[in-house]
Amino acid sequence: MKGNKEKEWERAPRGLEDFLSPREPIPKRLYLVLALSSFAFFLLVWSVLTYGGFVDPLFLPSPGRVFRAGVDLFVELEFTTDILSSVYRVMSGFIVAALIGVPLGLFMGTFKVAEALTEPVIGFIRYMPASAFIPLFILWLGIGDIEKIAIIFVGSFFQLVLMVAVVAKNVQKEMLETAYTLGARRFQVIWKVLLPASLPGIVDTLRIIVGWAWTYIIVAELVASASGIGYMIISSQRMLRTGNIIFGILTIGMLGLLTDYFFKWLYDRLFPWVE
Amino acid sequence: MEEGIKLHIHNVSKTYRSDGHEVLAVDEIDLKIRNKEFATIIGPSGCGKSTLLRIVAGLVKPTKGIVRLDGNVISRPGYDRGMVFQSYTLFPWLTVKENIQFGLEISGMPKAQQEEIAQQFIERVGLKGFEKSYPKGLSGGMKQRVAIARALANNPAILLLDEPFGALDAQTRALMQELLTQVWEELHKTILFVTHDVEEAIFLSDRVFIMTARPGKIKAEIDIPLERPRSYEIKATESFLNLKKQALRLIREEAIKAIQCRE
Ligand SMILES: Nc1ncnc2c1ncn2[C@@H]1O[C@H](COP(=O)(O)OP(=O)(O)O)[C@@H](O)[C@H]1O
Ligand SMILES: [Mg+2]
Repeated sequence: MKGNKEKEWERAPRGLEDFLSPREPIPKRLYLVLALSSFAFFLLVWSVLTYGGFVDPLFLPSPGRVFRAGVDLFVELEFTTDILSSVYRVMSGFIVAALIGVPLGLFMGTFKVAEALTEPVIGFIRYMPASAFIPLFILWLGIGDIEKIAIIFVGSFFQLVLMVAVVAKNVQKEMLETAYTLGARRFQVIWKVLLPASLPGIVDTLRIIVGWAWTYIIVAELVASASGIGYMIISSQRMLRTGNIIFGILTIGMLGLLTDYFFKWLYDRLFPWVE
Repeated sequence: MEEGIKLHIHNVSKTYRSDGHEVLAVDEIDLKIRNKEFATIIGPSGCGKSTLLRIVAGLVKPTKGIVRLDGNVISRPGYDRGMVFQSYTLFPWLTVKENIQFGLEISGMPKAQQEEIAQQFIERVGLKGFEKSYPKGLSGGMKQRVAIARALANNPAILLLDEPFGALDAQTRALMQELLTQVWEELHKTILFVTHDVEEAIFLSDRVFIMTARPGKIKAEIDIPLERPRSYEIKATESFLNLKKQALRLIREEAIKAIQCRE
């Protein structure tokens, strides 16, 4: 179906209104060109502003300077250590949240009893911003890894539980009923139907949550830290090294993108059967 | 236990309660399905057909009355009452063959035997060559054939089919009816089938029950003495058309009553 539609595109004469019809597919190549040109445009504006001398390089250095700042960061300032320490914190907090949150979310989405016990509390805590916990956690846990991991945990756990619960709840009721009529007992229905049916949704939830975890870690490191990407950014601010700051921000963006692609790749590998 | 009666739905009523108001979905239905009979319930949508089938499956508890299968009172779902729904319910993470083996595996049957039975039913529903396909690659008709094979492979005492062809286009639907007739004529399973398509009901069944608009009651019963094996050509014969006329008249009376009730 899709293939045919794309082929028709090759043949039919097209006007601008065809490209501006809601949700109409556009040729793949056009998509790629448009996507790349948005990056190019961004870079162009940046270059014109900086190389053209329109802004003070102290506040916005040129792309070339940011690149050099990046090289310096890696060669002289051990930026790799900062990256690794942020990655370590994000992953620890995220993994602990996932290990507890996924089973709990499944319970919540499966049993009304579990839902009644946990939903109201978690629904309440979820609206407390994780960053507001930072001062409290610093008092309790200091400014080391543990405090950062705790922030990541608070930031991801409660959202994760609620999202996984929704995934479990959305499993088609007739699918569970079919399993019963094929002789499955309650435990088997959960283990052999509810769980595998929920897995793709769970992996997708994890992908979204880990993206949020990246924003929490930076905030936590900006507030108080002795290492990490956020720490590098805030120390660069004190020394007016804007190039380092921008390079740090770009690095976070790249790391976020990489994790996102990793989860998408994992999803395609694990669930080739999803429609 | 009455002679030759497979399933006895005994004065069953079901009232749904939600948000303070009550819906009487099924009203005092008494129905006896004979052994090895193909019985069909036909009725307008919303009249409680699915509810009745769910009660027989043990998925919904009746508010009143009991259901007996082979004389035993039903209290919960079990492999002896296989069910096929209108919506596609194949497990998408399992292949066609694994889907068909699902019930057998749960019962603890040895692997070799599972595979033999699965293969036999794959061939019976004409899906040879699709053993390793995932449901996402199958058409709607193929999905329902797998669902029927999956239910039959379990060797249930009765097969419950809730508008299994309701989502299919007319041509596929006709072919599926032929396939089901053929399978039934080979296996002689007791089947309780639900539909709102008169022609489908007559073509498939030994007996057709006509259900009233909600609250659902059984209004009439039509014997279908058409000879077997049946092929699609039978749909154009005079005896078929007479039965169709008779059924349509009864259904129309019901529909009129339903409209008057609402006014
Ligand atoms: N779980 C439920 N809760 C409340 N009402 C229901 C439920 N299931 C069905 N009903 C109501 O019961 C009536 C019969 O539904 P159903 O058995 O699905 O009819 P049919 O299958 O004949 O279309 C409908 O009015 C429907 O809205
Ligand atoms: Mg229904």
